Amino acid sequence: MIDRRIAAGAAALALAGLVAPTLPSYPLTLLTQAAIVAILAMSLDVLLGYTGLPSLGHAAYFGIAAYAVGILATETQVGFIGCLLAGVLLATAAAALFGLLAIRATGVYFLMITLALGMVVWGLAFRWVSMTKGDNGITGVPRPELGLPWNLAAPLPFFYFALVATVLAWAALGVLVRSPFGLSLKGIRESETRMRALGYNVWLHKYLSFVISGLFAGFSGVLWAWYNGFVSPVDVQLVTSVEALLMVALGGPGTLAGPALGAASIVFLKNFVSVYTKRWLLILGAVYIGVILFAPRGVLGAFRRGR
Amino acid sequence: MTAEFWVTQAFNGLSYGALLFLLASGLSLIFGVMRIVNLAHGSYFMLGGYVGLSVVWRTGSYTAAIFAGALAIALVGAGMERLFLRRLSGQTLGQVLMTVGFALIFQDLALLIWGGDPYSIQAPAALQGVLTAGAVRFPVYRIFMIVVAVGVGAALWLALDRTRAGAMIRAAVDDREMAQGVGINVPVVSLAVFALGAALAAAGGVIGGGFIGVYPGSDFEMLPYAFVVVIVGGLGSLPGAMVGSLLVGLLDNFGKALFPELSYFTLFAPMALILALKPTGLFGRV
Repeated sequence: MIDRRIAAGAAALALAGLVAPTLPSYPLTLLTQAAIVAILAMSLDVLLGYTGLPSLGHAAYFGIAAYAVGILATETQVGFIGCLLAGVLLATAAAALFGLLAIRATGVYFLMITLALGMVVWGLAFRWVSMTKGDNGITGVPRPELGLPWNLAAPLPFFYFALVATVLAWAALGVLVRSPFGLSLKGIRESETRMRALGYNVWLHKYLSFVISGLFAGFSGVLWAWYNGFVSPVDVQLVTSVEALLMVALGGPGTLAGPALGAASIVFLKNFVSVYTKRWLLILGAVYIGVILFAPRGVLGAFRRGR
Repeated sequence: MTAEFWVTQAFNGLSYGALLFLLASGLSLIFGVMRIVNLAHGSYFMLGGYVGLSVVWRTGSYTAAIFAGALAIALVGAGMERLFLRRLSGQTLGQVLMTVGFALIFQDLALLIWGGDPYSIQAPAALQGVLTAGAVRFPVYRIFMIVVAVGVGAALWLALDRTRAGAMIRAAVDDREMAQGVGINVPVVSLAVFALGAALAAAGGVIGGGFIGVYPGSDFEMLPYAFVVVIVGGLGSLPGAMVGSLLVGLLDNFGKALFPELSYFTLFAPMALILALKPTGLFGRV
């Protein structure tokens, strides 16, 4: 079953890689966007689907990394490795700090505190104008030079770059959730008290899950800054966090391929609908409600007992 | 930093806190009774403002605008609760996503109906002056906001503390199942509280329309403030919402005046700290 899922995912990725050269640039950029956002959705799924912690501030780590890359790449001469490390490490550090505050809370209180912490970051992005350029955002973030013959400024090489990154993240997270550590996370999701009685350090497991989730969200944010060339408070706002939750919910929490698929669906839906109608927010809102009402198993399967 | 600066900022913070109380008291009550993290609450504020605006355009009556806005949005809130949220009882994440869905729909509908231009609701002439005491100026409209909030707060407190309906609400906040067990019709209480919360937010939207205006995006702009108030004060607690509103209003004003670049940080960081130390907020119970 699991092997079949991996095979299906690998086939989908290979197919995407094969057809990419034949695609016009617009679908290709959407595919790139889907690949990057899929990492964000998978990172949130580690927390939501595997550990059972619904974070309402996941855009914070995504955004911190994106801002780190945006600022470093436009204000300094820091290159590929430097930007990547700075973005991922800052996001991880933020998750390590926020985790200390958030992991104490459970259920609705966990939602609230992650929402609040996400807003701290949004507030800084919005108002710390000397650092973040405020509402205008940071424009003209250059794509990195890898020292390879391909120029990432072109859509096709950057798509392959993003695809490789997504495969790496998927593989790493896949190994993580199937490891003994990942299995104990599932145990905590199912019954925290039982895991505690069995002698597991529940707090530490949850905390590590929180930090790892932030790390991969940061990785996604780094790629996003390069892809978009533009970083703004939109990347850290509440709606972005909620959208990540929707992607996971749509695809089915507790599976990595599901949220990745959910991410791709939402990216394509948003972009295609906005081509045909100005009322895309209306449709997106209806999608939220429809998913909850009509696909409850994908959405709530893992949460039936949670409060 | 003169004395006038401190008095003016404190007064501004107080009046903003008054507006926040109208918005947040309903959110807190809704949370208390139903444990719903309602991300559409800011939308009630915005929609109330727009409905009030239309009523002022048609009738010219400011008072009618407040009541019409509150009534219309109470119906919207009741519909949301009865037809949608009730099905998801106990499913935290499902409820959050559903309220976001509604918030997006409301945002787009408001844009469709009222367009993208910002408007201001014309207050009656009696509320438009400025009182001066020495070098300090007190706009009458801000005093009016404080009076309304104090009035609403007192009425809510009396209703919750002294009436039978209030006792039923408090029972539902404390223990839903026990309340149901002793014969309180909790679903009806939930519906009523949801409608009341939406109405208060909408009334806040109309009153706020004469102060910060009515514009697209005000929903998600006000929502974080409402959440900060509720989180700081404690979910489901009326005194918590009062103290929280006051604190947030003051913090926000002094933050903006003293550290403009970090103003949201000065608001949100203390909240995160309070949550970390006391996850249930200042007045909240588990």
